Amino acid sequence: MRRFAKLYAELDRTASTLAKREAMAAYLREAPPADAAWAVHVLAGGKLRRLATATELRQALAEATGYADWLIEDSYQHVGDLAETIALMLPPGDGSLGEVPLHVWLEQHLPALAKLDSAERIATLQSWWLALKPEQVFLLNKLITGALRVGVSQRLVVQALAAWSGQPTDLIAHRLSGTWKPTSRALAALAAPVGEDEHLADRPYPFFLASPLEGEVTALGDPRDWLAEWKWDGIRAQLMWREGRAGLWSRGEERLDGRFPEIEQAAASLPMDGVLDGELLAWDVQTARPLPFTALQKRIGKLKPGPKLLAGTPVRFMAYDLIECAGEDLRERPLHERRARLTELLEPTDTALMLSPALVADAWDALTAERTHARERQTEGLMLKRLDSPYRVGRKRGDWWKWKVDPHTLDAVLLYAQPGHGRRAGLFTDYSFGVWDGDELVTVAKAYSGLDDAEIARLDRWIRAHTIERFGPVRAVEPLHVFELAFEAVQLSGRHKSGVAVRFPRIARWRTDKQPADADHLDDLRRLATG
Amino acid sequence: MPDDLLLPRPQGLYCPAGDFFIDPMEPVRRAVVTHAHADHARSGSGHYDVAAAGLGLMRERLGQDASITAHGYGEAFRHGPVTVSLHPAGHVLGSAQVRMELDGRVVVVSGDYKRDPDPTCEPFEPVRCDVFVTESTFGLPVYRWPPMDAVIDELSAWWGDCARRGVPAVLFCYALGKAQRILAELAVRTERTVHLHGAMLRLVEQYREAGVRMVPTEPVSESARGRDFAGELIMAPPSAAGSPWMKRFAKASTGFASGWMQIRGSRRRRGYDRGFVVSDHADWPGLLQSVQQSGARRIYITHGDGETLIRHLRDLGHDAQPLRLLRERDSESGG
Repeated sequence: MRRFAKLYAELDRTASTLAKREAMAAYLREAPPADAAWAVHVLAGGKLRRLATATELRQALAEATGYADWLIEDSYQHVGDLAETIALMLPPGDGSLGEVPLHVWLEQHLPALAKLDSAERIATLQSWWLALKPEQVFLLNKLITGALRVGVSQRLVVQALAAWSGQPTDLIAHRLSGTWKPTSRALAALAAPVGEDEHLADRPYPFFLASPLEGEVTALGDPRDWLAEWKWDGIRAQLMWREGRAGLWSRGEERLDGRFPEIEQAAASLPMDGVLDGELLAWDVQTARPLPFTALQKRIGKLKPGPKLLAGTPVRFMAYDLIECAGEDLRERPLHERRARLTELLEPTDTALMLSPALVADAWDALTAERTHARERQTEGLMLKRLDSPYRVGRKRGDWWKWKVDPHTLDAVLLYAQPGHGRRAGLFTDYSFGVWDGDELVTVAKAYSGLDDAEIARLDRWIRAHTIERFGPVRAVEPLHVFELAFEAVQLSGRHKSGVAVRFPRIARWRTDKQPADADHLDDLRRLATG
Repeated sequence: MPDDLLLPRPQGLYCPAGDFFIDPMEPVRRAVVTHAHADHARSGSGHYDVAAAGLGLMRERLGQDASITAHGYGEAFRHGPVTVSLHPAGHVLGSAQVRMELDGRVVVVSGDYKRDPDPTCEPFEPVRCDVFVTESTFGLPVYRWPPMDAVIDELSAWWGDCARRGVPAVLFCYALGKAQRILAELAVRTERTVHLHGAMLRLVEQYREAGVRMVPTEPVSESARGRDFAGELIMAPPSAAGSPWMKRFAKASTGFASGWMQIRGSRRRRGYDRGFVVSDHADWPGLLQSVQQSGARRIYITHGDGETLIRHLRDLGHDAQPLRLLRERDSESGG
């Protein structure tokens, strides 16, 4: 734990990716493999079970310190992170448990914690805290709450593993994909030279990710060098059909098996083994268009959907790439060849597997015109993919672009503010905005991003000076400031008081030139709403 | 409020019976000044009472011609019927608490203070009183300062690391008090020269004249143009961060020394490479200890967001009240 806490502190205090990579590589060289395997798992964003509730942590802290609940709450609101608040409020421990290796914590102590009843769990937590140094308490709490983030991307972990092992990053990324079990053996396997019989078959390929297109589309050169498709608004996934078994992996590299039986059945109808890249979409059979994303959400959560759900919210796999065919890795082949083979593979089937149509155009003008219809088609815009590009690993700029339609905007009034977390702890950075419903302002959106640091600081001061009411951490402010919010879509919603749900709202501009009376009306949003 | 001894006025805290202000924000006839930070020591008043240990620093702030009476710590002087004395606050060189006594009633205004040891100034002296007016810059239990030794270890390790990587280490901290405290703490372990921003030179000189032992220092401005600062430690006020002055320190690693660095979110938000927890204010245990030791039956809290401390003191059975200064100070000393 001590060594990992040191690594964490090093990663946490630098913004330099080079320094982070070096710190991780140094850790990999020094740490016992069983610990290093867990460090890789945790840093690469691997899931950890939540082993204690925030209420239990608060109670344990209250008992350990004798502090009143309100004092703990005040402190938490100031710090913005419960794990850290606890580490700062406890009397400093003696560090005697600091030498317990990371893998022993994660493989023995923490799983045992889950089996205890709440009172025993609280007592155990307290005994651990009192035997750890503050930075170790912080880290332990993060592991217990399954919420350890340190600004390290999976890609950076892959690079550190590559630097440490001498193996190429793409190979490491592939070996790490899917359900990678953090054991010393698995770590050694990551670093091993490619084996003859290396079996990556139960793993998805690392996804190739597109970048947002900035600037003019004409800068991409001849449109005939590009494949244009709709940008589907579903779940990116890889569908595998290998040796009589189907597998479905999301972009987050989670197995989706069992959730979408119609897709797995359709995979069985493929004429040969293969791995397809595409998008899961809830489908409106009548109009032959996707349903809004909220419909798909009903299906994601359901492990074994019943016949009613299957019939009411059918799902399609919109395939747009073929990464592997008949056991052959096609990633180095040009897109036009992969696409031709994908078309061949799918054409005879008429199932839940669909081919994402290619939009053919000789001129950018035609595609620009097509893009204006994206919203009617329940898509987010267009994808532009270079026809001779390989299927790369991760986000590499240049070959795949997402060319989204311009967002909708609305002018709304700041109504509530709440302190942020992490980097924004202690500053009011989480805002709620309202629009007019008659002569009343109703909340329609929350937004966290879009202002620069200077604007955040200015607004923070203003919020403190113009609070009209407090509800715990939330402050109601005088409705005086108008902000332009950008958003992707509006849906009618019974769950929201306003009756509408705004998707992906973010602050576009602080409209200091506008008065609250100039803000938009709820009717404007209702008119835009779908579904 | 014991209204004949202390009253908030727009200019600052006022003692009606003695007709003087404590740390007035505007020129007044008579001022008692607790310490030389610019938001407490403002020029233009008719007469000043200050602690003798801080006289040199006060002259820097108030001007050579200002009318100043310097008092030894604990020496009583009178303003009308009020007996006044100044007592060490442990904040910076010459910092003082103000004790006022009238008809057997005693009010103490703490000014800014800390309880942690500091080789550059007299330690805080607990003074018994009926009414204690305390600051609460860090009035939350998450603020508990690490031992200064541990922080200087970290700072030295960072300096060493910068030297190995061949980059300058630029440490930002307040020019009065914190800079000298760090220079003095460093002197226990090294004799290496530290380079100073121009804003710190005269203040460091004042500390040397007061007999505070510090590592050797050298003005950055006296280094030859184009000099390589790789591996050197440079100290500068936070206002120099991001200014053209920084251009000469290519690829510098930057650090910030402040109590606010205790919180991970503030460390990350400030955008310095390293945060060092060094404060010249009392931490939470220090605030509680001082309230206890004052023996006061009523506590007033100034400075910052004192709500939490007030509520906690009330939970402990104290009569604690906010003392709203009518105008907030800008916080040069903050942190």
